[in-house]
Amino acid sequence: MIGLEHYLTVAATLFVIGIFGLFLNRKNVIILLMSIELMLLAVNINLVAFSSFLDDLVGQVFTLFVLTVAAAEAAIGLAILVCFFRNRGTIAVEDVNVMKG
Amino acid sequence: MSADLGTILPEILLSLFAILGLLGAVYTGKDALASALVWVTSAVFLGLAAWIGLSGEGTHIAFNGMFVDDGFARFAKVVILLSAAAVLVMSEGYMKSRDLLRFEYPVLVALSVVGMMMMVSAGDLMALYMGLELQSLALYVVASLRRDSARSTEAGLKYFVLGALSSGLLLYGASLVYGYAGTTLFSGIIQTAQHGDVSLGLLFGLIFLIAGLAFKVSAVPFHMWTPDVYEGAPTPVTAFFATAPKVAAMALFARVMHDAFGGAIKDWSQVVALLSVLSMLLGAFAAIGQTNIKRLMAYSSIAHMGYALIGLAAGTALGIQSMLVYMAIYVTMNIGTFAFILMMERDGQPVTDISALNQFAKREPGKALAMLVLMFSLAGVPPMLGFFAKFGVWQAGVDAGLVWLVVVSAFASAIGAYYYLRIVFFMYFGSEDGAIEVNGSKTLWVFLMGAAAIIGIAWVPGINMFGIGAIAELAATSLVN
Repeated sequence: MIGLEHYLTVAATLFVIGIFGLFLNRKNVIILLMSIELMLLAVNINLVAFSSFLDDLVGQVFTLFVLTVAAAEAAIGLAILVCFFRNRGTIAVEDVNVMKG
Repeated sequence: MSADLGTILPEILLSLFAILGLLGAVYTGKDALASALVWVTSAVFLGLAAWIGLSGEGTHIAFNGMFVDDGFARFAKVVILLSAAAVLVMSEGYMKSRDLLRFEYPVLVALSVVGMMMMVSAGDLMALYMGLELQSLALYVVASLRRDSARSTEAGLKYFVLGALSSGLLLYGASLVYGYAGTTLFSGIIQTAQHGDVSLGLLFGLIFLIAGLAFKVSAVPFHMWTPDVYEGAPTPVTAFFATAPKVAAMALFARVMHDAFGGAIKDWSQVVALLSVLSMLLGAFAAIGQTNIKRLMAYSSIAHMGYALIGLAAGTALGIQSMLVYMAIYVTMNIGTFAFILMMERDGQPVTDISALNQFAKREPGKALAMLVLMFSLAGVPPMLGFFAKFGVWQAGVDAGLVWLVVVSAFASAIGAYYYLRIVFFMYFGSEDGAIEVNGSKTLWVFLMGAAAIIGIAWVPGINMFGIGAIAELAATSLVN
């Protein structure tokens, strides 16, 4: 029997993979965008699982909002990335270094 | 239903204004209209601020608790609208002379302000998320407004990646809170988290929520984006980042903590206190070596967020009151300081190097004096207004038994005074080289002198800080009861 905890474990695993993708990745900004998407989708699994186990529709409504916002976020991220590429001619993460912080 | 719509009428009108402004400008003059649109947008902000501030009273709850219009939200909205209007007016001349002024700028600022107004009025995790994202998505674009500059686009990219990460953390927290509380409404969550009785799952959700919100207020250890974004973004945009979004994020933080987790103050107040200590110390120490004034202001804002968080960590109505007063004063000081930074130029090019201020007082004694007042206030030197802001949060902290936090914060503010006073030192006693001219803009002069005058005279007994304490007290009691 697949219970709530299985879904939560999968979601937590995906979420952690997403965070590690953000921090360990040294190659390509596109991979950062994919990691962000992975984190948001992990949240969606959480929300839908809870919604189903609580017998409450709110979680699924929340998921729809998250999906929509994630699409808008990806569009804006790619647009900024295109501008960045025009200026620097590269999208490697280690080249995002004009300012040192 | 129509009562619900009446409650969110200011937000609806501002969204309509942004949409119509965008459509109108696209189909007619485009960037030729940008200047006019900036002025109209700030006039709309001022009008909405007057409307919300003067006509609103009582607490209205709309859409089954998703949207709350109370004294606390109104206080935050007025501060947000006024500071956004001030920053827009200040930007106009600077952006125009550098061919940066596009009609999208006021539209995006208006949309982000709608997001901020949603944030401070959120009564539900979904409303919170939508408001936060509307604000953030607009701000990502504004940060990379200078499309042909590597610095500006890099700032936008960094802000985007870290902002999206923080939204992810916040959302993961929200999903856990939903799962373990069974509802996304704050009024429902507070009932499951009574008397410090928080289940482990809910506690995890709370911590993730706090991490996401700490990103937005740029509290340490979630501050890494701040210096780079402040430095890379065009200066008027930096001025905007340092004011309205900070107020909105701080108000949202207080709203979530008190409205949703008000029954479990012990659980979050220690986390907030930790964020506060780290922010104050890092803000004080890391700013010492900075030579770029925008980067310095970034660390300064990190430190100031730390002081304001003392008020939240106290977990009392007095704490919220002192936090609101702190944010209002912080915004005033920052508007004045950024008006000065916007003036700094050499041969028409903006200069952000601190050493460019050498011997500035000899050439422009009036502006140097205004900057001196602002720097003393940021450092917390009495009798400037900045001191009373700090004094207020210290009082709330001591009242709530957070004496250690207050002691550390006094220490941090003594360290932090060094880098503010260093700017004053350069202006009055610096060496003779690397002089800058200053822009003779009348608008910027008005903002610089106005902010300095407010900061400088508010301690006079009859003025009593312009009565802001009493207004903030009303606002705070509507949130904490």
